Amino acid sequence: MSAAHFSPGQRVRVKDARPERIARLHLRTPHYVRGRMGTVERMLGTFPNPEDIAFNRPAEPRALYHVLFDQPPVWNEGQAGDTLLIELFEHWLEEA
Amino acid sequence: MDTQEIPPAQHDLGGNPRFRCTPVEPEADAPPDAFGKRVDALRVVLRERGLLTTDEQRLNIESLPEADYFGLTYYEKWLRAITAVMLAKGVVTWEDLQ
Repeated sequence: MSAAHFSPGQRVRVKDARPERIARLHLRTPHYVRGRMGTVERMLGTFPNPEDIAFNRPAEPRALYHVLFDQPPVWNEGQAGDTLLIELFEHWLEEA
Repeated sequence: MDTQEIPPAQHDLGGNPRFRCTPVEPEADAPPDAFGKRVDALRVVLRERGLLTTDEQRLNIESLPEADYFGLTYYEKWLRAITAVMLAKGVVTWEDLQ
């Protein structure tokens, strides 16, 4: 899980999941990008999974990426060309 | 995306109209007061002893009741979260805190 699965320029989709509806979880993926398509900018490194750290469990290293999205459809505002760049862990991404 | 109809968690604020176009508060980046410094010192000590991580603290801040989440000050929320983690781990008991 620590090797990067996605490459810069690759199109990805954020998993359209709300697992926090099932249990108290510590998720770092904002709701507004779930289910949306974006483009991998770069891999930032591997970091212990905060979803585990928050519950004092052994935390497996996970790849973290900068992913770029068109901003206007995310919040229904902004102009063409506006973008949103956020950090997302690999286990929240799937090939688009 | 049918999940968009479910309200997001209270800390997941991006795009929420309630928080748009509000002026920046100049005091928001002010250095911590004496209380804030004590809370931060406590956090550092507990972290160095392996009793507290940033994500444990964040989880417990984000889990505060809504009135507390939006009503308490920054370092009050830290202290509430630190206390919750220490209680859950049995480092302190609720009787200790009375």
